[in-house]
Amino acid sequence: MFLINCPYCGEREQSEFKAGGEAHIIRPKQPTELSDDQWAEYLFMRKNIKGIQFERWVHTHGCRKWFNVVRDTSNDIIKAVYKMGEKPPIK
Amino acid sequence: MTKNLRVKTSKFIDETYKISFKFNGTTYYGYKGDTLASALLANNIHLVGRSFKYHRPRGIMTAGSEEPNAIVQLHKNSSRTEPNVRATEVEIYEGLEATSQNCWPNVNFDIGGINNILSPILPAGFYYKTFMWPANFWEKYEYFIRKSAGLGKSPTMPDPDIYEHKYIHCDILVIGAGISGIMAAKTAAQNGFKTLLVDEKPYLGGSTIYQNSEHFKINNQISSSWLDKEINEIKKFENLEIKTRTSVAAFHGYNFLLARENLTDHIPLEQRNNKTRQRLLKIRAKKVITATGALERPLIFDNNDRPGILLSSAIEKYTNLFGVACGEKNVLFTNNDSAYETAISLYQKGINIEAIIDNREEIDSKLIKEIEKNNIKIYKGYTVVDTSGYKRINKISIMQLSKDGQKVIGSKTSISCDCLGISGGWTPAVHLFTQSGGKLKFRDEDQVFIPDKYPSNQISIGSCNGDFTLDEILSNITNKLKEFLNIKKTDYENLEIYSSFNKSKRNIWLLPSDKIIGKTKPFVDYQNDATAKDIKLALREGFRSIEHVKRYTTTGMGTDQGKLGNMHALGIISETAGSKMGELGTTTFRPPYTPLTFGTIVGRNVGEYFDVFRKTPIHDWHVKNKAEFENVGQWKRAWYYPKDGENMYDAVQRESKAARDSAGILDASTLGKIDIQGTDASEFLNRVYTNAWSKLAIGKCRYGLMLNEDGMVYDDGVTTRLGENHYIMTTTTGGAATVLGKLEDYLQTEWPELDVYLTSVTDHYATVSVCGPNSKKIVSQVIPDLDFSDENFPHMSFKNTKIDKIKCRVMRISFTGEHSYEINVQANYGKSVWEKCMEAGKEFNITPYGTETMHLLRAEKGFIIVGQDTDATMTPIDLQMDWIVSKKKYDFIGKRSLYRSDTIRDDRKQLVGLLTENPDEVLEEGAQIVADIKKSPVEMLGHVTSSYYSPNLKKSIALGVVRGGKNMMGQKLIIPMENKQINVIVADPVFLDKENKRLNA
Repeated sequence: MFLINCPYCGEREQSEFKAGGEAHIIRPKQPTELSDDQWAEYLFMRKNIKGIQFERWVHTHGCRKWFNVVRDTSNDIIKAVYKMGEKPPIK
Repeated sequence: MTKNLRVKTSKFIDETYKISFKFNGTTYYGYKGDTLASALLANNIHLVGRSFKYHRPRGIMTAGSEEPNAIVQLHKNSSRTEPNVRATEVEIYEGLEATSQNCWPNVNFDIGGINNILSPILPAGFYYKTFMWPANFWEKYEYFIRKSAGLGKSPTMPDPDIYEHKYIHCDILVIGAGISGIMAAKTAAQNGFKTLLVDEKPYLGGSTIYQNSEHFKINNQISSSWLDKEINEIKKFENLEIKTRTSVAAFHGYNFLLARENLTDHIPLEQRNNKTRQRLLKIRAKKVITATGALERPLIFDNNDRPGILLSSAIEKYTNLFGVACGEKNVLFTNNDSAYETAISLYQKGINIEAIIDNREEIDSKLIKEIEKNNIKIYKGYTVVDTSGYKRINKISIMQLSKDGQKVIGSKTSISCDCLGISGGWTPAVHLFTQSGGKLKFRDEDQVFIPDKYPSNQISIGSCNGDFTLDEILSNITNKLKEFLNIKKTDYENLEIYSSFNKSKRNIWLLPSDKIIGKTKPFVDYQNDATAKDIKLALREGFRSIEHVKRYTTTGMGTDQGKLGNMHALGIISETAGSKMGELGTTTFRPPYTPLTFGTIVGRNVGEYFDVFRKTPIHDWHVKNKAEFENVGQWKRAWYYPKDGENMYDAVQRESKAARDSAGILDASTLGKIDIQGTDASEFLNRVYTNAWSKLAIGKCRYGLMLNEDGMVYDDGVTTRLGENHYIMTTTTGGAATVLGKLEDYLQTEWPELDVYLTSVTDHYATVSVCGPNSKKIVSQVIPDLDFSDENFPHMSFKNTKIDKIKCRVMRISFTGEHSYEINVQANYGKSVWEKCMEAGKEFNITPYGTETMHLLRAEKGFIIVGQDTDATMTPIDLQMDWIVSKKKYDFIGKRSLYRSDTIRDDRKQLVGLLTENPDEVLEEGAQIVADIKKSPVEMLGHVTSSYYSPNLKKSIALGVVRGGKNMMGQKLIIPMENKQINVIVADPVFLDKENKRLNA
């Protein structure tokens, strides 16, 4: 079970959090102007990376805040944690 | 048979404390300190069970948790009986009762033993191959296969014992209290770390603690005496917690570990009352030191499984620790120096050794010289080719090995014996290390897997790290600890170590025989009866991956998870396939290391504590009035209120009729309630609901449908505008938490610019819903100050008001189609408002109704229930609810998905009403709907989602989803049931009062 360093509360057990999938997928500002393919790209297409992955987490049983996590999916090591809207601290 | 093989007093056995126990119905005696296995051996009993497939007699093989054979059924009583308990781990107590497993009528005469004779026709994959045909015979086979599957018996009554969970946070966790673990724990504690030391055994000191030989010395003391002093010292540290009888089951990422602590398994049953039996420790350690030691390997040769064949190290442990001789005519068979340690222990206690068979030809160490000095015959360069003795070994046959070790040569010699100790070298116990995500590397020189890359802040030390000799262990440990703990000095800097052990080993995975392999039974997995022959067969049949070979042959799939034989299986596979051992990898080691009881896993979460349940403020009233309850999410909701022995059907018919004829009352407190405030609240609702919200006047209510971004209906409910920037949203009972979560997600991550605040207020309000033609009369009595005229208080509006001095919100909204009011009041006044309504409603026969009646009433009106009539594949268009989807709004969650090529298909499943030809026939929910029963295969068009007998319409009504159903109005469809077909007509889903007259009645 991970230890996750919530940017608002500090280090807590994974059981307090929920994962929310890939990060930095921005909802299109004008969905109605997109083709089926473009909309499907936003709606369904997600990466499945072995290695460094940017993902969203929410501190469900804590501050209820969403934030981003950089995790190496090959060994589950969390490389960085940063707030929504911030730029990833590593590439 | 009953002979006393207790040889000499051991300091670990209290011979003044005699304990009686029963094995297979006979009473035996042992001493305090004995395990069931040692006590049985002291009574000269080796045969304890039968193997799984061939029902071969099996005996005690090891002295620890890796035991594959000596597994027994413990206790007779139906609530405490426990199968597959390792006799080598059970500490005996007065009154213990154990029986053999997998045998009938008994372990000495077992009918299933016929399988041993039939074994030539029972190869690997026998079941897969045989029971394939004829296909329709499976039902007949299944009964017998199920009957013969599984080991032991489960308890049939609830477990009377108490279990618990405990969290532990520590700086350093040390797993294993052998010599390495003790040194690590002491060093950590000395340096101020909060340390936890755990070991699965009841004593500390591992295998060093019973080692009595002059051949292993530390600072000029016999190693066990030196270690004794260290153990006494570590007991003094306040920052060091020691837990024995504690087995680490799982080592997860981020140094999170689970361990089982046994608290009462070693004391008599009558002393266990009200005590916790086992505790699951959830350990989070900053650093972990694994010192789990090594497991001795068996040797793989024909008939290597007979009772009386033990690991050589087990014989040493029984002799030194328990003071028990495993036999009177002992033979040792080895490929390394370890067996000579055993020989010296036996010799010291005056136990007879007939001979030692050594695979190696050229051997030379001080240990061996001492044995030779004592005139014990050593057969160098020999191997055992066969054994005999059905229920106890009585003879072995040996032959000389060829130079390359591939063949046997020369003539056969027989040696009679009653005990054979085997040693194939050592396998580091890397199970926990790999569980934690660690990668192994293969060391060619002695053919072992050892830890390579650590995935977290941890190290492995001692023999689990591949350091097998005393000097290796002690000289490596100091530097490793200094680096890992970041300290300058340890107590162990300049130890003087004397060890006679020579590391040479002749590793042959499958020993050659004078017979062809097909005629031999060299067991690799003792518990599951997998032989080297089976593994070779699997390879011949084309299996290559070790994970596949494992599953096909069941090697390593017993309760012992192949702790003894897995390495040999790998070795035989790589030799046969001609690949390099290290490149094959290993099968995956999965938790738990040793089996856990369900009780330990569940802890205190049993009975009423199994899950949290939520009660409404009116719950006590429902209980008092004999409601039956239904679980909705975590809520207990009143389901129906049976009167005078009514069944559910009758109660629901009565309640439904009363609600439409006069008045009904429902506890709606469980509906999710979210308070929404902020200057952008209206804009926010516009974006999350399908319909428009900007123009909703203050004091008005509106029904809304919420979609997922994929266009599928997600939740629904009524939202009320309380003020310019203030709304209260209701959600479904089950969806409250996820709706709040989803709204927060969008607010925080997509639209952070919106000024909106969400607060869950579900528990803060109680909601009493009164419906029916007389509802107005009743509610106006409860709230006399409020003007209930349709002009002042029309349908879909709300009023702030007071009952006495208590503030409340009243909404005139309806889920039943009747004129109805929902009174929302601070939760602690809920019950009194409910009772006031009941009192005022008396003259109108106000009838409390539960969720079942609510469902029936809404179905009469064709209102959907999200999650019952929808299943995450239904758009509002599919539900024939086009009216609620705004065409004008630029965007809302899910809008774009409503005209994807898939969602605009005409032949999607759509919600329709269904009327049965026979109005008394009620459909089954979930039943399939078809049009043409003769077509092959029959095309399934959809299914029934809601179905009731309506007492108000006096006919059966149902809702269902049907492919292309919108255009099937009036068409006949068929519901095929097991014994009949039911004809239905597709109808409008609104069955009652389509003009909504009753809302204003």
